[in-house]
Amino acid sequence: MTFLIQQTLIYAVPLMIVALAGVFSERSGIINLALEGIMIFGAFMGVLFVNLAQKAGWFVDAKAAGNWLALQGFEVLAMLVAALMGAVFSLLLSFASINLRADQTIGGTALNLMAPALVLFFIRLIANQNTLQMATGDSASWFMIKKSTLGFEKNADLGFFGNTLLHKVYLATYICILIFIILSVILYKTRFGLRLRSCGENPQAADSLGINVHKMRYAGVSISGALAGMGGFVYSLTTANCTSNGDVAGFGFLALAVMIFGNWNPLNIAGASLLFGLFKCIAAAYSSLDINGDGVYMLAQIGISSHLYRMLPYIITLVVLAFTSKGSRAPKAEGIPYDKGQR
Amino acid sequence: MSFWKKEGTQKILSSLISILIGLVVGAIVVLVVGIFNKSISLKGAWEGIRLIFIGILSTGRNASGALTWGFNPASIGNMLFRATPLIMTGLSVALAFKTGLFNIGAPGQYLMGTLATLSIALSIPSGALPGWLIWLLAFLGGVLAGALWGAIPGLVKAFLNINEVLACIMTNWIAANLVTWAFDASNFKNMVEGTKSGYIYKTTYGLVDGSYVDGAGIATAKLGLNKIFPGSQINAGILVAIILAIGVYILISKTTLGYELKACGANRHAARYAGIHDKRNIVLSMALSGGLAAAGASLYFLSGNTEFFWSTYQSLPAAGFNGIPVALLALNNPIGVIFSAIFMAMLNIVGLQLTNLTAYNEYITDVIIAVIVYLSAFSLAIRMLIAGKKKAVPPKNGYPKPGDPKPEDLKPIDKKPDAAEAVKGGDEA
Repeated sequence: MTFLIQQTLIYAVPLMIVALAGVFSERSGIINLALEGIMIFGAFMGVLFVNLAQKAGWFVDAKAAGNWLALQGFEVLAMLVAALMGAVFSLLLSFASINLRADQTIGGTALNLMAPALVLFFIRLIANQNTLQMATGDSASWFMIKKSTLGFEKNADLGFFGNTLLHKVYLATYICILIFIILSVILYKTRFGLRLRSCGENPQAADSLGINVHKMRYAGVSISGALAGMGGFVYSLTTANCTSNGDVAGFGFLALAVMIFGNWNPLNIAGASLLFGLFKCIAAAYSSLDINGDGVYMLAQIGISSHLYRMLPYIITLVVLAFTSKGSRAPKAEGIPYDKGQR
Repeated sequence: MSFWKKEGTQKILSSLISILIGLVVGAIVVLVVGIFNKSISLKGAWEGIRLIFIGILSTGRNASGALTWGFNPASIGNMLFRATPLIMTGLSVALAFKTGLFNIGAPGQYLMGTLATLSIALSIPSGALPGWLIWLLAFLGGVLAGALWGAIPGLVKAFLNINEVLACIMTNWIAANLVTWAFDASNFKNMVEGTKSGYIYKTTYGLVDGSYVDGAGIATAKLGLNKIFPGSQINAGILVAIILAIGVYILISKTTLGYELKACGANRHAARYAGIHDKRNIVLSMALSGGLAAAGASLYFLSGNTEFFWSTYQSLPAAGFNGIPVALLALNNPIGVIFSAIFMAMLNIVGLQLTNLTAYNEYITDVIIAVIVYLSAFSLAIRMLIAGKKKAVPPKNGYPKPGDPKPEDLKPIDKKPDAAEAVKGGDEA
């Protein structure tokens, strides 16, 4: 059970935060099809930062001394770098779709093509292979929080919640959940959030009330880029051992599905990403999954192919959308370049 | 109207300018990397830049290590061979664009085509049927599989109002898993050549008495093209692709069906008012697109010298996605697709030359393609620059295409341009 919850969270959290990235962009009126590309770019930048910092010997002393607080700070720093670079990369989308009034779908597709190409080009130059890794060690030994890092005995029993939430986890997971909650509140309970959402619903009316639509849309896409970049790094940190290879296994597109599945609403998105995370987790580990701890590997005994579990999230999305598409409610003005002359 | 003011001229010019800017950006990246990377000298950077622009004419290095140039039949032949699937996926995306749909599902349709084609080609025992008939069955089977797969997003769009971009993304990943599953369970996995684990047999392998023998299978006819381009993989597939491109052009521009498809793309509700079956046409247009994308896979894998890596559940084929830039660069013109696909294939060869001859790698050409797509997103702005006036000439009779924002003043505020109507559950009903 502990394993199931932890693994589900590991898959669900990047999905959740990247889906929220999509919400911020679309609520401001810009379709962000480039989530996948921004994730790839952010993951690369985060891993590159870790790699270069290790080579420069920044945190080597802390690692040798077992100073886990400094190492967690290192992780947060890498997340910040990924977020910053994701925001910078997303400026390409904002510039094309806000200033040049370009087709947002095609602009996003271009970014999706650009990110893996750029990333692989540089990885090949830097590492002489198609994967960029940490300079030394792996993500588990540097960044994972374990019982021992927190000062407990190796065989200390922390209870169910302690075992689940404090042993073999990443700080990044909790930071993402925190950011998710804070940003959801900002989107719904602050003046900024209301203004942002108004630009995605009726930019003409917003403009007539003195809101700068272009600025708001830049803000929306930049927040979106930062979240997606960070999500990409968190994905590579927690599931790919802090490596970057120009691929996030379609998580960006899956996040897009989660966003639509969750009807552009953070609470629903959190639920949807947990569901998707659960399926991802089952697909990856169903044969060794012992749900209630009685030593019976139920899912393995049913004998359904892992291929089916891998397919399920996508099939479920299609089926659920088929039933809910009538009630689905996208931001009204998304995809339309704002034109002052139409007021 | 002078030649330079014509809409067609401006469109072609805007594409050419996009290409030029893309190449220049690639050259700048090569130069900057060359300056900052100690292992690459300035001479190396200069070689990289020359290869980016005219790498297709590269013939390698001479004894003294300098790059040599000239007609390279192997490069040109391989370029045409690699252009074959790109023409087909480009046609697939262009046809969907013409009918107001964004077919981002070409990778999935391509995979389903691969599955059907290889399964048919490898499961008919050698000699049971004449070779050309097996080829034809495998080709048509692939096309049919792709058409059925493409029809799914069309069906859910037409009847359930689910946005086709989302449905396509979902069907892509379902296809990737389905194909992996099917090949995993099949006996088509190459067991003969020990080093080829993970690959499916080439179609030149044929089933003889229950085991696969190289040379007993089928391959696309060469029709003497290998004499013109010795040392390359070229075959008659490129001719099939060109014929199909002309066929799509005729369908779109000269037939009633093509007119109806385009009318639905321009305005579904107006088309229905005019008595056109809008739902049927949406499904049909996606099915045709799917069939075209799958035909690309069939032509590629029936060539006899290409192998399919079957465990593909985590990645989608690039040939499918590259249909999007091919179509955009050709401004969705089926004849233009032939040329833009050949251009893309040329970049592909250039990338290989870069990897082989310099310290750079082939991914720089993908960067160039991405820059070109990025520019094509605001092709209208570029066209305005060329025309040197404030407002671009609105298309006279053309249906609005993605990448061509409609004249704003014709559009009521609450209506979305159909191109931009991308990812959402659909709220127009």
